[in-house]
Amino acid sequence: MSMTAQLHLGVFYTGVGPQFLWDDPGNAPHTEIETYVAVARTLERGLFDAFFLGEGLRVRENRGRVHSLDVAGRPDAITQLSALAGATGHIGLVATQNTTYNYPADLARRLASLDFLSGGRAGWNIVTTDNAWTGANFRRGGWLKHERRYERAAGFVTAAKALWAGDGPVERDDDLVRLRAAPTVPRSPQGRPVLFQAGDSAGGRELAARHADVVFSANTAYDKALAYATDLRARLARVGRAADAVRILPGATVVLGDSPADAAARHEEIRRRQINPQRALAFLEQYWGRDLSAYDPHGPLPDVDPTDEELDPSRGTISIEHRTGKLDRIRQWRELAEAKHLSIHQLVLEVQPRQPTFVGTPGQVADEWARYVRDGVVDGFNLSPYLVPASLDEVVDKLVPELQDRGVYRTAYTGTTLREHLGLAPVPEGARG
Amino acid sequence: MTSRTRSRPLHIALEIDGASTANPGADPLSPRHLAEVVAGAERAGLALATFDDSPLPPDGGLRLDATTRAAYVATLTDRIALAPASHVTTAEPFHLAAQLASLDHATHGRAAWLVGATARPEALATVGRPPIESGALRQEVADVVEVVRRLWDSWEDDAVIKDVATGRYLDPGKVHHVDFHGETFSVKGPLITPRPPQGSLVVLAPDTLAAAARPDVALVADPDPDEVRRRAHHARDHGTPLVFAEADITFGATGPIGCTGRLRHHGSPADLVSLLRTLAGSVDGVRLHPAALATDLPVLAGQVLPALREAGLHAPPETGATLRESLGLARPANRFAALPKG
Repeated sequence: MSMTAQLHLGVFYTGVGPQFLWDDPGNAPHTEIETYVAVARTLERGLFDAFFLGEGLRVRENRGRVHSLDVAGRPDAITQLSALAGATGHIGLVATQNTTYNYPADLARRLASLDFLSGGRAGWNIVTTDNAWTGANFRRGGWLKHERRYERAAGFVTAAKALWAGDGPVERDDDLVRLRAAPTVPRSPQGRPVLFQAGDSAGGRELAARHADVVFSANTAYDKALAYATDLRARLARVGRAADAVRILPGATVVLGDSPADAAARHEEIRRRQINPQRALAFLEQYWGRDLSAYDPHGPLPDVDPTDEELDPSRGTISIEHRTGKLDRIRQWRELAEAKHLSIHQLVLEVQPRQPTFVGTPGQVADEWARYVRDGVVDGFNLSPYLVPASLDEVVDKLVPELQDRGVYRTAYTGTTLREHLGLAPVPEGARG
Repeated sequence: MTSRTRSRPLHIALEIDGASTANPGADPLSPRHLAEVVAGAERAGLALATFDDSPLPPDGGLRLDATTRAAYVATLTDRIALAPASHVTTAEPFHLAAQLASLDHATHGRAAWLVGATARPEALATVGRPPIESGALRQEVADVVEVVRRLWDSWEDDAVIKDVATGRYLDPGKVHHVDFHGETFSVKGPLITPRPPQGSLVVLAPDTLAAAARPDVALVADPDPDEVRRRAHHARDHGTPLVFAEADITFGATGPIGCTGRLRHHGSPADLVSLLRTLAGSVDGVRLHPAALATDLPVLAGQVLPALREAGLHAPPETGATLRESLGLARPANRFAALPKG
């Protein structure tokens, strides 16, 4: 990688979920437009490339009722980002949108409209689902088999790109994608929305190699990130794309402190507030398939047996490897709790996966990120905040200046479009690529 | 029923996608132009801007998605209400409900939905849908409008409780499945988006769809003022709270638009004031379709609206008011709030 390797930062704002410390007095209201405008403007102050909104097409549940412990409720991503386009001038605006439960021509048109109105700042984070529980909100619920979700996605994205190229009507008629539509939106200053891809399965990686401009990767730790970059570049070579045609931005959380010990203590405190006793009990309820509210989260594991049913997706998407083997997992947890004398709360703190987090002083994190980007392992990070606005303010106010001091971060926006922020080659006129 | 008072102000809406919206030399699709047009309509004191739409490009031209355009001006305005058109036949009802609820949140209650029901085969083909018969189309209108309204109610106003003692962010008894089963689709719910500020967005629909859509505002398009009155009366008798007349307008030079089936004004600003005065007793508002927005809007702002205000027939919306408040429509009770808690 060249000496001028630059770090690109985005914020992935799901707006919902257990990571938000909603009980903190500094927590801004989650559905108000003012919160979004303030965050987007903070990110522009910090010269970020992009502000991402997540997607969830069904409100999470716990045993048939809406899950009550986490932040829930969010706006439609493209509508909200359009409102932000009018209130901001530089930041990229990226909508996570699903290829299973959208119509290609409709979604392509709404994304193109956002792209045009924002002066070429739109992006689409392409996700898929196979999940019939989510599909119950849509005209054709649960229609797509797990193995074919990326086939549908590829046909969908190909149709969208053809519409954005504006060469005339687009027609497709197979068992996964059916449309006949004409382009209605003029070409934006960046040609078309920037395509992000987030899935880590082989199908997802292949979609990224063929279509994506940016991957929102799940591989954040240095070694995993290196392995991912190597794999992606091999896939790019196989489809005839340049090794630097795709920006790699793994998801990450940042916890800063005045000293290494202070940062570590803050990190631990945040985790204990995220996985509080009530959430620990609710986590086990998902596995037990039973009401465990009579159990003390500070006491031993429930003596009642779990149900036989495997996990359902009502608490969020379940990775394929977690869709079976529930009872074995619970058996292991019982052994662990027994051996280490863990309460329910302590066990869940131990077994819940940790989000990839950079913990340290601003200088430490800046040094680590500079190494990542200079080694060509990543092009930047997509940060997930745990407290809005405070956890983003501190990144902008404390970490960004350290990155600038190290010469790995811009000191001013040099372009106007998201493509230009990311340093991607322009989309040629009329190109379908 | 008492007879309607003659001095009640008319609500005035403006369709911004008329035949020729551009300033000479301006890019009619540009975000800057869009922002200027809506800001101009707001300054003029208009109640509502409507954004026409279709999945098909207009003849020989281009057009951006209406909800996306309305959202773009959400934070650039603070009085005028915004009503994008969206077609029930080419939308996922769940997405449509979330998009419009989000627009209402972003505008603090200034959003409305202009119900479209295109059955053109070319429009249906954009979503891979076969043609629809007229009976099925009415059922589709009824089903989509109903489920969208149910989804807007799926979160009660006080669902978010942030109860630190119990760790509960929301009260699960106040966020509801809607369990809608329509003729051709079902929706489980709840919506991903909390209840919009207006509770339920103002729904506008042509009076010809009123039986299926049960709109808050019926739009009557008829070239004959007597027919407009008759149809307005009919719509009210069938339970539509408000009725707006559709009118094409042009002042002076620009020639009249082709046959649209609407009232037509082609003449001086004073003549338009007279026409609106005669309508004021029989309709609650008008939706104006200017032939040339760039030249007609300044005439509306500078001459027509001031004359109407003087006659007590126009009151601009107030900053901070929701569209429902501006129109005098009550905020509906939540249909799920009355149910026994299970």
